[in-house]
Amino acid sequence: MAHHESPSTPHHGLMAEFDSAQALLDAAHKVAGAGYTRTDAYSPIPIHGLAEALGMKERKVAPFVLMGGIVGMCTGYGLQYWTSVFSYPMNIGGRPFHSWVSFIPVTFELTILFAAFSAGISMIVLNGLPLPYHPVFNAKRFSLASQESFFLAIEATDPKFDAHATATFLASLHPREVVSVDH
Amino acid sequence: MTGELNQAALLKERPLGDLSRLSSRALMFGGVGIAASAAGYFMEGTSQFFQAYLIAYIFWIGLSLGSLALLMIQYLSGGAWGLVARRIFEAATGTLPLMALLFIPIALNMETLFLWARPEAASDPVLVSKAAYLNVDFFYLRAALYFAIWIGLATTLNRWSKQQDESAPLPPGPMDRRFRVLSGPGLVLFMLTVTFMSVDWVMSLDPHFYSTIFGVLTVGGQGLATLAFTILTLQALSNSKPISEVTTAERFHDYGKLMLAFVMLWAYFNVSQLLIIWSANLPEEIPWYLERLQGHWGPMAWFVLLGHFVLPFVLLLSRDLKRHGKVLSYVALLILFMRVVDLIWTVGPVFRHEGTAHWLDFATVLAFAGPWLFIFYRNLGSRALVPANDPYFKEAVADGGH
Repeated sequence: MAHHESPSTPHHGLMAEFDSAQALLDAAHKVAGAGYTRTDAYSPIPIHGLAEALGMKERKVAPFVLMGGIVGMCTGYGLQYWTSVFSYPMNIGGRPFHSWVSFIPVTFELTILFAAFSAGISMIVLNGLPLPYHPVFNAKRFSLASQESFFLAIEATDPKFDAHATATFLASLHPREVVSVDH
Repeated sequence: MTGELNQAALLKERPLGDLSRLSSRALMFGGVGIAASAAGYFMEGTSQFFQAYLIAYIFWIGLSLGSLALLMIQYLSGGAWGLVARRIFEAATGTLPLMALLFIPIALNMETLFLWARPEAASDPVLVSKAAYLNVDFFYLRAALYFAIWIGLATTLNRWSKQQDESAPLPPGPMDRRFRVLSGPGLVLFMLTVTFMSVDWVMSLDPHFYSTIFGVLTVGGQGLATLAFTILTLQALSNSKPISEVTTAERFHDYGKLMLAFVMLWAYFNVSQLLIIWSANLPEEIPWYLERLQGHWGPMAWFVLLGHFVLPFVLLLSRDLKRHGKVLSYVALLILFMRVVDLIWTVGPVFRHEGTAHWLDFATVLAFAGPWLFIFYRNLGSRALVPANDPYFKEAVADGGH
């Protein structure tokens, strides 16, 4: 686990706690505006615009979904083509073996199925899940992130991070409190 | 969206300059279309002219009716997409009386268009057994009923909406609940009347053919065309206030997503119809597809598949494209053009076993554009373009939500 290796920074980072979604959103805008890039926000509810506020623009899942869809489409059509034309051709009511019209529903279904699977799986893998340990859980009040509190963390690996200056900056955003998070 | 929107200002600002420019352009294109159609009437004969007239008529009433359906849907669903597009839907439903008037030439030329209305239908046993439904008097009665229902729904919703503009802003209550109370049953009536309409005016052109999904297919096409038209209108007005204030990338993204859904829905209905008829392989149904998929009309079937489904589908998958109003409006233009081609492919083979699309089909579509768009832009200019008095407006649009 991560905490058995020797971390490159003395702390994981600093975390500020806010009382409302709006306060977190406002703070996120200011943190991104101040140039911090290695940040994360934690909230019990989805907040519209929060990811954009923190400057997260990457959409890495999309190409996986597209590829999953194309692979599913080819699999669906190929499976039916192979079975109906080569492997086990059957004459049904005098119709051609390659009856493309009747292949459409299964092709469509497999396109959706593979796209949905690749969306779900790539989301989990790209998020680095499952993640048995994360330093933020060392913060005392962090369990409230799934109940009533809103947290914003700036990680110590951020190029702009300075233990003292960043703590002062976070304190200026009117949080409930700012805590240092251990590894 | 940053900053507060001034609701009172939104109710006052009207892009009358843009609208009169668009209106005179529409009248110019319409004038060219009317002149070409009139020339076609004398050069190509009555039959060719009325085939083209029917195609153009079904296309343009599709925009009026699709707008009526989306107007009722947005009252029921809520959301910023509906609030921003509401005036466009309302203005388009205002063209229904015009479309009722333009139905008269079709009603006066029944024998030219409808096989079952000709005297020789009496010697066809299948048509004799269908005569209880497919007869001219009942056809007229049904058409009158459709227009009464559509115009009744459209004028009531428009009148209430005008009252909402003119009164002081009210909190949610009975004055906005009545829109939803009417829209629910209104949509049921809409589905029923448009299903019967499509059977009467399009499917009965080939009176031996029947497909139970035909009405739903028509509704899907109308919804798709209306979304494309809405995107084009918003893009055309997006440089001036108040549309520039409320039409963000987020909104175009919404309409783009809805248009993608309708592209897929249209394809889904078409595949359903083809699959069922192809599997059953019945002598009453299959000739309809044999005519359209093979021989002279075959290439157009491929063109419809590629231009009406594959190309827009692939393009609309892109998130960036959907958020870019100008690029999205090019896709919308492609879809409107393909709607016309799809209607030609549906209606044309009934009359033309040798030929394909005729120039007159496009001339009449252009001719209808003149009066239809003139009334549409006039309606649009007569009201505030943004329903800022809607009790949900602030929450949905002004605060930048969904």
